[in-house]
Amino acid sequence: MSEMVSLLEPLIPALRRYARSFAKDKSTADDLVQDTLEHAVSRWYQRRADGDARAWVFSILHNLAISGIRQAARRGQHLPLDDAHESDVAVRFAQEDGLRRRDILTALSQLPEDQRSILLLVSVEDMSYAQVAGILDVPIGTVMSRLARARSRLRKLMEDGSPVASGRPQLRRIQ
Amino acid sequence: MTYSPPITEDDLHGYVDHLLDPTRRAAVQDYLGTHPDVAARIAAYERQRDSLRSALRPIAEEPIPPQLNLRHIVEQQRRDWGVPWRSMAAAVLLLVLGGTGGWGLRGAIVPLSDIHGIAALAQEAAYTYNTYGSDPTHPVEFGAADKARLVSWISGRLGQTISIPDLAASGYRFMGGRLVATPNGPAGLLMYDNASGQHLAVLVRPMKIDKDTRMSNHSFGDVRGFAWSSKGMGFSVVATAPADLLHPIANEVRRQEERI
Repeated sequence: MSEMVSLLEPLIPALRRYARSFAKDKSTADDLVQDTLEHAVSRWYQRRADGDARAWVFSILHNLAISGIRQAARRGQHLPLDDAHESDVAVRFAQEDGLRRRDILTALSQLPEDQRSILLLVSVEDMSYAQVAGILDVPIGTVMSRLARARSRLRKLMEDGSPVASGRPQLRRIQ
Repeated sequence: MTYSPPITEDDLHGYVDHLLDPTRRAAVQDYLGTHPDVAARIAAYERQRDSLRSALRPIAEEPIPPQLNLRHIVEQQRRDWGVPWRSMAAAVLLLVLGGTGGWGLRGAIVPLSDIHGIAALAQEAAYTYNTYGSDPTHPVEFGAADKARLVSWISGRLGQTISIPDLAASGYRFMGGRLVATPNGPAGLLMYDNASGQHLAVLVRPMKIDKDTRMSNHSFGDVRGFAWSSKGMGFSVVATAPADLLHPIANEVRRQEERI
């Protein structure tokens, strides 16, 4: 058990950070992390013994988040991660900071969820492309093409401050 | 000059994410030196990465709220597991009062080739437990989720169908197992752990002699065990737990095996 605690505990700050991109507020994000830790503790011995505990725990969080979104969608609720809620995401990320931080986080919130997850796992959580492919259960080629789209769109958003056409209606960001 | 494959978009992202080996990194650097448009784009991506990391760092630096205290979560699950420690302790006491019985195989470690039958099984179990029970990363080869594959693997190699005892009522959860080698042929090792993460193992293999023996206790260093055989199959239940705690568990394994 001490081995389990010593492997899981150091991951909690990063799990909280990643969960924040899925939830509408801090307490919902922490609920998601709590669910993740409960799953991880109860399935600790079912993971592949030679596996990567960090990627395994992130994949639990990711799957819980995505299944939560799907359930909400089935119940006809608003999708917390979708573009319609991008202003929430921005506010949630940018409560106590300067314009620059707000800018990057506002732009991040305007990315579709699948691109945002990949960008965060790679750029912030230091996952390899293969780890990200495992966590999201998609081919590595898909990871690379979504990462390229995410960076290109984020650059455009940062440069001209206007949303980039994504095939879905977008709210214009108000400076 | 050595051949260098053309620079790909993937290389450019690998460069931003510091995932390239030094040779490839140098090749991308050369390329960027002669392609200012691409270099501007990559510089923008590097700024993105830096801004994202610094913008999100404060979240990871927040104090962890109590609901995410891992020790509380483990404690809660242990309670949910409903381990009847108190009633188990009472049962152990009764058994101790009733005497442990059997004959003892204490301490003396002699070469494996000089011991036979149930004594050999007991020592094999202790050795196996010492190796795998203390392994922090690979205590089992097949986890509980692969129980069916594990059973068919071990049964196939032993030439006898084995069953996995359920020790949940004794507070031990099945983790998985593996096939192990002994001087007397292959054996199945089944691993369990309790809520405190302490391991318990059951070693099972066919017996050439001592095909039906009563239960005996043995100890090798810190490892204690109870071994017996029935209808040609030998069993040894081993752990670092005290003998009075282990004995009722061994009885429970025997009871479940006899039923089959």
